[in-house]
Amino acid sequence: MKKLFQEFFKGIIKENPTFVLVLGLCPTLAVSVSLSNGIGMGIAATFVIVGSNIIIALLKNAIPDKIRIPCYIVVIATFVTIAELTMKAYSPALNRALGIYVPLIVVNCIVLGRAEAYASKQSTVNSLFDGIGMGLGFTLALILISGIREFLGAGKLFGHTLIKSFEPIFVIGMPSGALLVIGLLLGFFNLLKERKT
Amino acid sequence: MNLGQFLTVFISSVFIYNVILSRFLGLCSFIAISKETRPALAMSLAVTFVTTTSSLITWLIYQFLLIPLGLTYLRTISFILVIATFVQLVEMFIRKASPPLYRFFGIYLPLITVNCAVFGVAVLNTDMFFVNGKASPGSFYYSVFQGICVGLGYTLAMLLMSAIRERLDFCNVPKSLKEFPLAFIIASIMSLSFMGFNGFRF
Repeated sequence: MKKLFQEFFKGIIKENPTFVLVLGLCPTLAVSVSLSNGIGMGIAATFVIVGSNIIIALLKNAIPDKIRIPCYIVVIATFVTIAELTMKAYSPALNRALGIYVPLIVVNCIVLGRAEAYASKQSTVNSLFDGIGMGLGFTLALILISGIREFLGAGKLFGHTLIKSFEPIFVIGMPSGALLVIGLLLGFFNLLKERKT
Repeated sequence: MNLGQFLTVFISSVFIYNVILSRFLGLCSFIAISKETRPALAMSLAVTFVTTTSSLITWLIYQFLLIPLGLTYLRTISFILVIATFVQLVEMFIRKASPPLYRFFGIYLPLITVNCAVFGVAVLNTDMFFVNGKASPGSFYYSVFQGICVGLGYTLAMLLMSAIRERLDFCNVPKSLKEFPLAFIIASIMSLSFMGFNGFRF
C-alpha cells in the first residue's frame, strides 16, 4: 500500500511532468490563458493518461516489441477521441476554447512517455496509480500557470474581477507571456532545489 | 484560388501565427534540439518535408475516405496512424537510398512522429479549409502550401534560436536559469518581436 502511495505522489512533486520532466508543454502553454481552460485541459489529459496506462499495462505481453509505438498511439488516440466527443457533447464552450489542442493530446509527450517508460513494464495497479499521479501533477502545473496568467494578464480568476484598481499586464495573456511565465517558474523551482542541497 | 490568399497563408503561418512562437506546436523539439545550428537545421528540414507531405496525404484521406463514409470523428486516430507509418516509411527509404542523408538526419527523423507541429498542421488544415464538412475551392493547394509555410516558420524560429543559444554558451548566466529556463525566456522575447507582425493584414 505504501508503494502505491509513492507511485501516486511522485508524479505530483518529485517527477512533476511539467516542471521536472519538462514534457508536454505545447498544450500547457497554449491553453493556459484562463483558469477554467487550464482545468479542462488537465482533466482531459488525466483521463487519457489513466485510460491508456491501464490498457497498455494489460496488453503489455500481447504487443510485439517492434511495433509497440504505433500500438500505443492507437490506444492513446482512442482515448483522446472519447475525451473529444464527450467534451463536444457536454461542454461545447470549453471545446471551442481549447480548439485544436484537444486532438493534440494524442501527441502530448507525457502520455506516450508514461506508456513507454512505465506502463509497458509495470503491473496494472501500479500503472493506474502512476497515471492518476502524473495526471494530477500535470493538472496542478496547469492550474498554477493559468492562475498566474489569468490574474496578471486579465486581472481575473475564473472570469471574476478580484481587485478593481489593478491594471492588467496584457502581454502575460499573449503567447510571449506564456513562455516568460514558464521560464521564470522553471528558474524559480531550480533555485529552490539549489537552496535545499 | 488567388495569389492574395496564398500570400495571406504564407504571412500568417510563417510570421503572425508562427508554429512555435505563437501556436506552441513542436515546442519540445524546439527547446531540446536548438543548442547548435547543424542539428537544428537537420531537424527543421526533416520537419518541413514531413509537414508538406503529410498535409497532402491527410487532405486526400479526409476528402476521399472520411467524409464520404461519414467517419470524420475518426480524424485523430486515422491522421496520427498515417503520419506515424509515413515517417517510418520515409526513414526506411532514406536509409536505403541515401546513407549520407540518413546520417545527416540521424535520430531526428523518427522523433518527428510525436512532433506536435506535423499533426497540428494536419488538424489545422481540416479546420480551416473544410467548411461544413465540404472542401472549400482550392483547399488542396492551400493545405499543401500551408504545410510548406509551417515548415518554413519552424525553420526560421529554429535557426534564430540556435544562433542565439550558441552565443549564450560564452555568457555568464545564473546557475538556476541555465538551459531550459533561459531558453524559454529567450523564446518569449522572440515571440514578442514576432507579435509585431500582427499589423500585417491583407
